[in-house]
Order: sequence, then structure tokens, then C-alpha cells
Amino acid sequence: MIHSAAARRHFTALLYLLLTVAFLAAFAGLARAEVKIQEVVSTKGVKAWLVEDYSVPIIAIRFAFEPGSTQDPAGKEGLSNLMTGLFDEGAGDLDSEAFQIRLDDAGAEMGFSESRDAIYGSMRMLADQKGEAFELLRLAVNQPRFDQAPIDRIRSQIVAGIIASQRTPEAKAQEMWRKALYGSHPYSRDDEGTAASLASITSGDLKAFHKAMFARDNLHVGVVGAIDAESLKAVLDKVFGDLPATSQAAEVPDADLKFGQSLHVAYNQPQTTIQMVYPSLARSDPEFFSVYLMNHILGGGTFTSRLFDEVREKRGLVYNVDSGISNNAHSNALAISTATRSDRAAETLKVIEETVAKMAADGPTQAELDAAKKYVVGAYAINNLDSSAAIARTLVELQIDKLGIDYVERRGAIIDAVTLDQVKAAARKLLSVKPTVMVLGPETPGSGG
Amino acid sequence: MLLRRDPAKILQRMANLPALRCGMLAALLALSSVPAVAQQQPSPGKNAVSNFLLDNGMEVVVIPDHRAPVVTHMVWYKIGSADEPPGKSGIAHFFEHLMFKGTSNHKAGEFGAKVAEIGGSENAFTSYDYTAYFQQVTPETLETMMTFEADRMRNLILTDAVIGPERDVILEERNTRVENDPDALLQEESQATLYQNHPYRIPVIGWKHEIEQLNRVDAVAFYDRYYAPNNAVLVIAGDVDEATVRVLAEKTYGKVPRGPELPPRVRPQEPEQDASRTVTLRDERVSVPSFSTSWVVPSYHTAQPGEAEALDLLSEILGGGTRSRIYQKLVVQDSLASSAGAYYQGAMFDATNFTVYGAPKGEEGLEAVEKAVDGEIARIVKDGVSDTELQKVKNRYLRSLIFARDNQSGMANLYGGALTTGSTVKDIAEWPDRIKAVTAMQVQQAAAKYLKPGTSVTSYLLPTAEAAKAQN
Repeated sequence: MIHSAAARRHFTALLYLLLTVAFLAAFAGLARAEVKIQEVVSTKGVKAWLVEDYSVPIIAIRFAFEPGSTQDPAGKEGLSNLMTGLFDEGAGDLDSEAFQIRLDDAGAEMGFSESRDAIYGSMRMLADQKGEAFELLRLAVNQPRFDQAPIDRIRSQIVAGIIASQRTPEAKAQEMWRKALYGSHPYSRDDEGTAASLASITSGDLKAFHKAMFARDNLHVGVVGAIDAESLKAVLDKVFGDLPATSQAAEVPDADLKFGQSLHVAYNQPQTTIQMVYPSLARSDPEFFSVYLMNHILGGGTFTSRLFDEVREKRGLVYNVDSGISNNAHSNALAISTATRSDRAAETLKVIEETVAKMAADGPTQAELDAAKKYVVGAYAINNLDSSAAIARTLVELQIDKLGIDYVERRGAIIDAVTLDQVKAAARKLLSVKPTVMVLGPETPGSGG
Repeated sequence: MLLRRDPAKILQRMANLPALRCGMLAALLALSSVPAVAQQQPSPGKNAVSNFLLDNGMEVVVIPDHRAPVVTHMVWYKIGSADEPPGKSGIAHFFEHLMFKGTSNHKAGEFGAKVAEIGGSENAFTSYDYTAYFQQVTPETLETMMTFEADRMRNLILTDAVIGPERDVILEERNTRVENDPDALLQEESQATLYQNHPYRIPVIGWKHEIEQLNRVDAVAFYDRYYAPNNAVLVIAGDVDEATVRVLAEKTYGKVPRGPELPPRVRPQEPEQDASRTVTLRDERVSVPSFSTSWVVPSYHTAQPGEAEALDLLSEILGGGTRSRIYQKLVVQDSLASSAGAYYQGAMFDATNFTVYGAPKGEEGLEAVEKAVDGEIARIVKDGVSDTELQKVKNRYLRSLIFARDNQSGMANLYGGALTTGSTVKDIAEWPDRIKAVTAMQVQQAAAKYLKPGTSVTSYLLPTAEAAKAQN
């Protein structure tokens, strides 16, 4: 439903462009979880990871096709995003109205979304109506109609969202961030597109894009709930088995992030937003958890980080200050974010810089590292096994990140093996780099980043 | 809340957030009393919800869910911003923050460090009618959480040294949530206009000038009056059973002495409203204008039998998502609006509000959107709703109950929110049957009785006059 997607866009923070920060928490501590993951391969070779569970009579499925909006053709930016608004707007013989009525009657909820690196779909259904629900999903995945009327309607909603935010300082800041960090890389484009790029997109463009991107070789599927492996095989063949064998995505180069810049969006408001972007390491890097643990100690812990302590608890300068690491397919970053009363913005920035400098120079203490490890190992089940949809999401991300079906069992040992010296080295390497700093507020604070 | 780095579902509990407008299930969870189990008679199986009272008056609810080794531990106090003394707005929320300071048994940060050590998560939130504290942890650490939580119910040490910086934090929280955001500023003004007498007119976070004056004496008085077992509800959802919780609760919370008897929660009530009012905010950050219209209507707690259920179904038929009348007419058929809908906040202790809203597709056309929304209300008042559309909406509500069981913390929130706004566990269990019993006539009557043009507050968020002119 693009209505809520557009609304969500509207409320996301400035760092939308770095937005896998929130998800990373998903990897924190899978070890505790008693989740049994089965690999299921259908007759036609479609693969899925399944967690069988019958305690609530529902099924959640989530899947991803890689990559995402990086594949939007030049001049047609926003194509992927528009497409994700159209899968429940008519498929097969059913027009928009007919499709939505059947979906509602089936008691199922369907959603599609995109990121730069993947197009996601998900569905949640009642187990006793799974036949009809999966049939509708099959139609949506294989035969979306892309009729003109829904295209026009969804496009106008997206354009309304773009217009609605165009005078906000946040929109200016996002635009500035994208250009400053990513230069001419595809990540520098707004994946919502522009009014002009959206206007140029035709039904033919959508059909061609769908055909190129929805295939079996770039698909990852996660399923959770009241369904067994044999039944799932039939579902996988039905929903995905007739897609083309291979996708036609263009190669995307890795982004070369530009650090050391000072950015400022002038706006006269009572609170100044400060954001700082440092380099980070890829998910596949052997030192990934050294960075992850260091970040947790610096600003990742909810009420226990160094930044929280120095900026909020000791000085009362802010309501929230945190740091997070973000891993996209082609860029990695560590971002610090806060908002403070404008007349003390310079002081806040200085405290953050000092806290970061201290971490870069000395790293954490052994006690801090021990506590961080305990948290990171233990947190997964608690943060992410709260619902079927959350588990399905994790199953898909584990596949995208190529972490292996036994990663769950291995993870605790990987984290425990990280040494204090490794974490110190990671801190020194990443936090010694001069960050790119964005200040959104009345005036540039003295020290300037 | 103490920190807003937590799931949207908790954010929604903070009053007035636009997040309330997204999605059927979210609306249900946030807005109405929703039962745990869809069955008519909850079976006494191992997943049955149970509740009991401790000798000191603390109510306990246990919601077993054994799918993962996780428990959600929550303590809800029947104290929210609407219970604050006049002139002390924000004290309920301020106090929520102070609960994270040290006690006579544990210095500040010890509880949080313990939660972090086991990979747990924790936070707290405040609304008009309640303040709640929670941790999500592994079952073997539940007793430790209960011990810490019971400790801070009575043993907090409140000094000026902790109060000063925390007041600054809250002023920054107000800046983040309200002062920097024209939409939030307008919501605050609208609420203050909609309620003429009831304290729901005062923002949960408090008015800035009153927050600035809050002090230690206020905090201590508030703590001594409201933080006691006989004013609290313990909700535990997850990998536990009733027997275990009973033993642990008696060992921890059971040792806290009963507090002073509290008088019934009688707040100043709304007079009959007989004028329509408008509130307008122009801001240079706004490009697409929007409106919302609200009425004061009964909540689940104050309504006559069946009336709140009818309002709930009315809000869904009228504007609860893409199948609703408003969305279909304005967005799909007539292509007037980019967004439009309706919502009803049923889970409130006193009379609550019913709201419709909309925005055009660009900078023009707000008037037509508003008129068309009014037209859809008038159509229901005149012609009622069909049995088919009523049945579809009921089905959606009933199945959302099954989906709700998939989310442990959502279930805990649901019970805590209901029990602190005047509903009971029995009300929750009977809710599906009451929804099923609503007739098309009751929905029509609810619209006719409450959604009258002459008693509403309409709020407009508009571009500045200069910006609007430049566009033309």
C-alpha cells in the first residue's frame, strides 16, 4: 500500500539514505534462539528457509529479489518504488478493485517495498485460507497488470509526498547528504524519483522492469508458521516456479564515500540536528564484529553507551544521541545522530567529538567489551523473535548476506572470539577518519566538524 | 517515553501521533481493547490468559506464549497526564524519566546494566491515562527484573542533582517531538481546542513553561501518591506460566506495602459542545495543505453497551484503510486526495475523539477534499451501511485478533492499555462477541449522533500566505 509507504517516507529520519541501521540489530544474538531453520527446495529448484510453528494458525512469507532501485533506468528514477505500489492493484484477470476485494476476503495482508539493493514482498495469512492467499500472491508476483488508472493514482500519491516535503529543511538535508556522500554513484539518487522522472514512466517500462528483475536466480525466500516442508514445496513452485531462470541486472560498483565534509542546512528552529558519518566495514569483513561491538559501546546501547552517558546523562544536552552502523550492498558507514537545543549545539558537537576521539585513541575497556559481548550475544531472540514476520525477515536477510543456515549456531562463538586489541584497532582505523558532518539548524556551531 | 529508539508500536501509544493512521492492525492495537483469544470461551489450556490480585492490591495478568525463550515484563501505573494536578503539566512523563535514576538499593544505571548484560531491551512510556515500564528478557532473568522493578516502585532517591539535567532532557524531548514539527504543534493546539474542560486538552509531555518549573517537591509528592502496588497492573507475556508468575510476584511485588487508598479517577468532564471551531497553522515548511476534523465521542469505558464497538466499526467503514468509503471515493474514484481516512481512539478512560482527515494531491484542492469527506459522513448518516460491508469489516477486526496473538509484546500492550483505561480482562474476552453483535442500524446511529457538523473542531495545516501566492 503506497499510502502508508509514502507516509512512512515522510516521517523517516534524515539518515534515510543510510537506512539499514535499524536492521542490524537483527543479528545481535541469534545464538539463544531455539529456532530450527529448514532449507526447502521445490521440484523446480526454488529454495526457501522455513521455520515451522503451529502455535498460532498463521503463515508469514517474505522474499527479496536483488538488487533494487539501483536498477532504475536513468531518467526513470522512482520506477522500483512505483512498481512496489502496484502489486495489489490488479493481476491476471483481476483488476485493482477485484484483486483487493479477493485479498480482503481471503483475510491476507500483502506488502511490497524496495531498497537500493532489493525489492521485497511479504504476506501474512490465516493458515486455513492459505490456498487462496498464495494464489493471489502467485498472480501478483507473476502477472501484475500495471493498468493505467492505478499507475496514475499511485504516482500522484508519490508526487504528492514529494511536493509535501519539498519545503522542509529535512528534505534539503537528505538531498545534500546523498550528493555529498555518494557523488555520482547510483546511491546518490532519490529512490522515490522526482516529479519529472515519475511522469516519464509508462506501463511498458514497469512490465519490462518486472520481467528483468523478478527471476529465480536472484530470489531469497523465508517462511514462518503453520506449514510443513512438503506443502511449502508446492507453494514455492506455484508462486515462483514459473519466473524466468535468470535476472538481468546491471553491475553496480561499490560506492566511494566522501568523508571530511562540513554540510549545513540553515533553518531557524529551536533544535539543531547534528549527524556525523564515519567509514565502516562490510558485513562480510572478518573484522565486522569488532566494529559492531565498538559501535555498541560508543553509541549503540540504549541506555548504556558512552555517547548517551556523556551527552545526555551527564549534561542533559539532548533527548537522544546514538550511533549505528549501516551496511548496504555497496557502501558501509557508521553514523552518529542527535538533536540538541540550538544555543548549545556547538557544545554538544564538541562533547561528541571528544568522546569519539577518546574511543579512537584508547578503544574501550575490557569490562565494556565484555558487557557489550553479553548484550550482542543475548539480544537476538529478545529483539527479533517477537513475531513471525520478524523471523521471516531475518531468514531473508541471512540469505542475502550469505551467512549460512548454521550461522545461528555459530554466531555466539564468532562474537566471543573478538579480542580487545581487534576492537581497539577497529576504533582507531575508522574513527580517526575525519567524518562528514551535517548541521541542520540556525547557525553553524563553532568547531565545525 | 524515556527514549524513543524503540518500535513504532510503542511510539503509537504516545498520544496524537500520525502513526495512528497507518493500517488496520496498528489501529486496532493502539486504539481499542482487543482480546487475546478469538474464541468465545477462552479454553483453560496452557496458553490461556489468567489474572489475579496480590494481597497488596496489585493486579497481575499472565499471557503465556511459549514459542521463543522470551518474556515481556511490564508494570502499568493507573496514572497519566490527565491525572496531573493543575499547573503541573508534564509531571507524569517527567516522573517516568526519573524512575531510571538510583534507588536506596541500586545506584543509577545498575538496573539498565543488568538488562543490557542479558541482551534485554527496556523502556517506558506515558500517555493520558497510564505510565508503563517494560523489559524484554529471557525467562530465567524474570525474577531479577521483577526485583528491580518492585524496588523502584518505592525506593527511588530523588535529589536536585538528578532532577535538573533530566528536566533539560525533557525540554529537548519536547523540542524533538513538538517544537520542531508543525504537524505536532497543530495537533497540540487542536487537542486543546477540542477538549474545553477535560485534561486531555493538555499535552502528555506538558506545556513548556510548566515543564520548566517542575521540581523535586512535585516529583516526591507525585511518587508518594501514585506509585504503589494498589495503583499498578503487572502484565507478563511470553515463555512463563501462571504458577511461576504467582510465586515470583508474591516474592517481589508482594513485599511492597499497599499505598494510600486513591479516590476514584474523576476528572473534569466535557460540557455539551455546541459550536464548531477551527484551528489554523501556517508554516513555511508546509507545501501540501491538509485538514482533520475531530469530535468528542464516548470511549470503551464511558460508552453505553455496543456504542464504542459501533464507533470502532464506523471508523473502519468510513476511513480505515484502502477498502474504506473515504479512500475509495476520494483517492480511487474521484482522484481528489493523496490521503484521507478516519480513526477512533477507543481505549481511553474518559470521552475520547473520532477524527477524519485528508490532503489533496498537490497544493490545490483542500476544500474539495474536505467537502467530499463530509459528504461520505452525510451519506452514512442518511443511508446507513450495508450488511455486506459491515460483515467484511467485522471479519477484518476478528482476524486481526488472530494476527495479534503472533506478537508477544503487542499482546502485553493490549492488556495493559485496556486495564488502565477502565476495561477488564473479561471485557477483552467478550469483545469479539460484542463486535459480532453490532448492527448496521447501530453504526448509522453512531454516525448521526456523534459526527454532527456543528460540534467539531477542524484543524488546517497550511502553507504560508506568501508560499501559497508564489505558487499561483
